[in-house]
Amino acid sequence: MQKYLLLGVEAIGQGAIDGGLSGVYAYPGTPSTEITEYIQENKLAIEKNIHRQWSANEKTAMEAAVGMSYAGKRAMVCMKHVGLNVAADAFMNTAVTGINGGLIVTSADDPSMHSSQNEQDSRFYGKFAQIPVLEPSNQQEAYEMARTGFELSEKAGVPILLRITTRLAHSRSGIIPGEPLPENELKLPADRTQFVLLPANARRRYNILLGNQSKFLELSENSPYNRYIEGVNKKLGIVACGIAYNYLMENYPNESCPYPVVKISQYPAPEKMLRRLEEECDELLVLEEGYPLIEDMLTDFFGKGKKVSGRLNGVVPRAGELTPDLVAKALNLPVGQGETIPGFIANRPPALCQGCGHQDLYYALNEVMADYGKGRAFSDIGCYTLGALPPFETINSCLDMGASITMAKGAADAGLIPSIAVIGDSTFTHSGITGLLDAVNEKSNITVIISDNESVSMTGGQKSSAEGKIESICQGVGVDPTHIRVIVPHRKNHAEMVQMIREEIAYDGVSVIIPRRECIQRAARNKRAAKA
Amino acid sequence: MKTDIILAGVGGQGILSIAAAIGEAALENNLYLKQSETHGMSQRGGAVVSHLRISDQPIASDLIPMGKADLILSVEPMEALRYLPYLKTDGFIVTNITPFINVGNYPEDEVLFNKLKSMSHVVLIDADRIAKEMGNARASNMVMLGAACPFIHVDFEKIVNGVKQIFNRKGEAVVEMNLKALEAGREFSLNNK
Repeated sequence: MQKYLLLGVEAIGQGAIDGGLSGVYAYPGTPSTEITEYIQENKLAIEKNIHRQWSANEKTAMEAAVGMSYAGKRAMVCMKHVGLNVAADAFMNTAVTGINGGLIVTSADDPSMHSSQNEQDSRFYGKFAQIPVLEPSNQQEAYEMARTGFELSEKAGVPILLRITTRLAHSRSGIIPGEPLPENELKLPADRTQFVLLPANARRRYNILLGNQSKFLELSENSPYNRYIEGVNKKLGIVACGIAYNYLMENYPNESCPYPVVKISQYPAPEKMLRRLEEECDELLVLEEGYPLIEDMLTDFFGKGKKVSGRLNGVVPRAGELTPDLVAKALNLPVGQGETIPGFIANRPPALCQGCGHQDLYYALNEVMADYGKGRAFSDIGCYTLGALPPFETINSCLDMGASITMAKGAADAGLIPSIAVIGDSTFTHSGITGLLDAVNEKSNITVIISDNESVSMTGGQKSSAEGKIESICQGVGVDPTHIRVIVPHRKNHAEMVQMIREEIAYDGVSVIIPRRECIQRAARNKRAAKA
Repeated sequence: MKTDIILAGVGGQGILSIAAAIGEAALENNLYLKQSETHGMSQRGGAVVSHLRISDQPIASDLIPMGKADLILSVEPMEALRYLPYLKTDGFIVTNITPFINVGNYPEDEVLFNKLKSMSHVVLIDADRIAKEMGNARASNMVMLGAACPFIHVDFEKIVNGVKQIFNRKGEAVVEMNLKALEAGREFSLNNK
């Protein structure tokens, strides 16, 4: 059998293809991006013409995937954890409509916030929607879960949430592939009212979802991913979720763990195994990557039951990703330690690339804003967020995709004039357009800078939905064409850009400035590709 | 047989090409491998690290525990020292000596290299100069990989095959040049460890 060397995310891509996928829908976001990229570059996926283009945002991606499921085919939608917030409306309601073709929602969480604004745990969304959740402990499981997840979804009648975290997403290992499964045939839902969530239908559908909860639990009890592992020392029982199981095994090589363990990789949590663990052991330790979901469920509010340790009582740190060392500490095992880091080692935070157009924008904007003082530039999610750091320190906010325009509007409403928004091209089409419409409708006095590098750069240079459309979108939304201005952000245009920003700040209304120059990373990549 | 390697560098320096070559070699040797990478924000000039674990037994954790790394392989001298807590007592450091300075408080040369030279098992290599001598400055990562080879429990032949695998698409000349860089790095290490 040929082994593939794959990242956790790539294993999900390969698993989905082998599971009979007909379409992947996604918006790029670390650590989820490479699932879709893998499918985009996969030979078989190209041959079969599996849908694999990027969507404008996670909500449009989710809805299109639901449409494909409606038509009877198997679909996957991929996003980073905060992307699930964007898709949440569709996500929550799809639990109620149920599915036709198998549907997997893959959400990649980022504990420790390596590249994110928060470390929310997507398993809570699964619980919120009351649908089964899969959480692989290793790359092989990630592959299997994607390959067989469509079938599970069809059996359960609802979408399946596949949750991974950064560490597994971006770690490579050998995968042994399984038999590829065929795609589904086109087939309409048997019940033509299934997807019509009018109150009467919605109440009926919701009751079906509630009625299926016991079935979901049974699926978990019998899941190949959940296991009760015997142990001789009953002083402690351990619950290890997802990747935490690996860290536990690292500390007890060759299956030498003396304590009984419940390994959980499918939710709802397998009750029988957990009850048995509680009955057999004196106290419990819960190891989970993310928020204390299982721990909170097992912790006895009135303190009359057995002791449960984990993130809530500080045996494991409350925030941040797990490591084998943190698990060792929680088990009172010795923790290794090499030499300490010398004091002279400097921090090396990420920075804008030398020669990047965002830099030229910030040089100009800083010069203009020197007249008004700091604290008036709202920004967004992308490379340009690095403009909050030295040497620029130009921008003052980064909340969520699209919030720069709407926050600038709200601040202007409050009387903060000038209020500036700095947003990227792809972020603008992801979630900036509707905010711009609000501002136009109220003739808000804001200056919106759409720093256009013609690429989704922070995630690796994917195609931007905004390409070639920004001016016409702004006009269509109603921005006065004389106040939509384009400039090449370059040192030689510095004075012109300063002047342009000054003029548009002076205009009492919505103006849009578009500094446009291709991302230098992408330009370099294209140049190399052309050469090869 | 087990080798735990911390691969260090700065985003954009291409440490992942080194990891990929070792990965291919491990796979071909029927060894188990886990290799965690840094993607995303840090790739913009930040500190990046890859934990690379190779073994003839199944590997549990994607991360190397503290104090357990056999080798720190760094393409940048300051980055080599950032991961000292991971290095085991008799572990080796193999590092390129060309600083990548994109922060204001980068340590003085003297401070940095005195510390590196004081380490008991260290190979300091001018990979950029050696790569240039081999005909292509861009092959310095392959020089670094070569320099690490004496400390990795994988047959050198298999690593050669791994490198071939990776550069095959780019033609024979590119493969040859990278193999020369690999061999030069290995030789330097064998003579200077």
